[in-house]
Amino acid sequence: MNTELTRLTAAELAAKIHSREVSAVEVARAHLDRIAAVDGGADQGVHAFLHVAADAALASATLVDEALGVGSAPASPLAGVPLALKDVFTTLDMPTTAGSRILEGWRPPYDATVTRRLRAAAITILGKTNMDEFAMGSSTEYSAYGPTRNPWDTSRVPGGSGGGSASALAAFEAPLAVGTDTGGSIRQPAAFTGTVGVKPTYGGVSRYGLIACASSLDQAGPCARTVLDAALLHEVIAGHDPLDSTSIDRPVPAVVDAARVGAAGDLSGIRIGIVRQLGGEGYQPGVQSCFDAALRMLEKLGAELIEVNCPHFEYGLAAYYLILPSEVSSNLARFDAMRYGLRVQSGFEESAEQVMAATREAGFGPEVKRRIMLGTYALSSGYYEAYYGQAQKVRTLISRDFAAAFEQADVLVSPTAPTTAFPIGDKVDDPLAMYLNDLATIPANLAGTAAMSVPSGLAEEGLPAGLQVMAPVMGEAVMYRVAAAFEAARDADQGGPVIHRVPESEVRA
Amino acid sequence: MPVISRDEVAHLARLARLAVTEAELDVFAGQLGVILGAVARISEVAADDIPPTSHAVPRSNVFRRDELRPGLEQQQALAGAPAAEEGRFRVPRILGEES
Repeated sequence: MNTELTRLTAAELAAKIHSREVSAVEVARAHLDRIAAVDGGADQGVHAFLHVAADAALASATLVDEALGVGSAPASPLAGVPLALKDVFTTLDMPTTAGSRILEGWRPPYDATVTRRLRAAAITILGKTNMDEFAMGSSTEYSAYGPTRNPWDTSRVPGGSGGGSASALAAFEAPLAVGTDTGGSIRQPAAFTGTVGVKPTYGGVSRYGLIACASSLDQAGPCARTVLDAALLHEVIAGHDPLDSTSIDRPVPAVVDAARVGAAGDLSGIRIGIVRQLGGEGYQPGVQSCFDAALRMLEKLGAELIEVNCPHFEYGLAAYYLILPSEVSSNLARFDAMRYGLRVQSGFEESAEQVMAATREAGFGPEVKRRIMLGTYALSSGYYEAYYGQAQKVRTLISRDFAAAFEQADVLVSPTAPTTAFPIGDKVDDPLAMYLNDLATIPANLAGTAAMSVPSGLAEEGLPAGLQVMAPVMGEAVMYRVAAAFEAARDADQGGPVIHRVPESEVRA
Repeated sequence: MPVISRDEVAHLARLARLAVTEAELDVFAGQLGVILGAVARISEVAADDIPPTSHAVPRSNVFRRDELRPGLEQQQALAGAPAAEEGRFRVPRILGEES
């Protein structure tokens, strides 16, 4: 097994593949071997993948090698580089389950736009990654197919909902992954696994073929081990899509250039706002001290630090857990046991309504049921104005807080999550404790602004913490610049990337 | 803190087409009560004169060209159906006996 290849960044792999130093097939095989060695399954191993598409991956890589062999230019800067795709994007040639029993074994009749763009860029899709059912959760424990384990400590969660994508990166099973972020599902797992995760501006990446959780909040984005790799993937998947009417019809921000400029290490003239409401009480001391060290480093790079006040952020969690379940209760009504997915029917005398209720009872897990009922409650007459209506008004106030803060600062920063990765089983029966994970990430979803997490260092028990960098709508360039500058400075200061300190995963013979 | 009764949970489950079990009713009643207690603080915010936001990055009048483009073929649409017959979805009876 060629473990060396699995340690490289996506940018390094692309350079080697495109210069014909190694073949795309060798790179794909190295990663497939790594998956076979460390991924295990529901009972042991990392369990980042729900489906591994070895044959399709090798076939795709073969095409890359053939094209390069006849002198064609690479289809994209990432042609031939392997990627792990969250199992919430439809794929013609692979099952798509969204982590739910109700879609077990479902073969979609179409590709998501993100899937199509990855294929057009000749990126090697290794398989589909584990997630909390329908992206509802912050630990990947609500997957119907068993939890994903965190490579930093396999007794702990990798965060969620995109724990599969984040753990695949941290276990060196893939250098790139795609996730979706509705309330922090890209950024919080990135923080928990010492990787980089980006939630682009709402509408920046197409939602066509992304199985909906909450449509006004869902946003797909790139995950990687370095800021530059995330930027390279960002430019592949982002951009206007006529098939998604909420897609933004404007040029994609030049994030690759921004990441390269940032890595040069000069942030003079950049104003960085520290959000007073996102820190202090409720944040683990080690997480807070990683954040404080990050602030000192940003200042050393020449940035001007100021404190900003976002008074309505403290109501973000309440607004989110009213708006999200409301949208979920409506979106998941499509799982009606009629056109695709599971059907539970005990006899011909049963009505469609009885079949639907029995199917949803069997096919949905507890968190999905909780949120559907919560949304049904929040939207019922008599409560609608007090809950859903009021939450939408608070959403406006949170957007106004952001707007005011971005008049004073180019980007805002906070710890990505209040804690480091917690033990598997700790919060699974305490929904409210689980929800508190998303405290710092939710405001950006409610306001539709861009945000990302970059590793800030190691906190309690040697577990990674994340620095969240937030930017205005379509402000990704300055966000990547700041993140790349911080990453370079932190690596220099700490003697290498945070991810290099992850323990070696247990390898099966 | 809003308390939610077992009967209310059963009503919500019916509306949401979830055939929850008796045991689940007890668990969900407790959990939903705790969650609703936490989100109820939304009412502390004075927001009477604030317009609601339904979409983070508002857009209006999104059009596309009125051109034919391929959709799913019948076989593709039916490929994932739990039951199909004569090129159509086969579904359980729709009307109840009392209807």
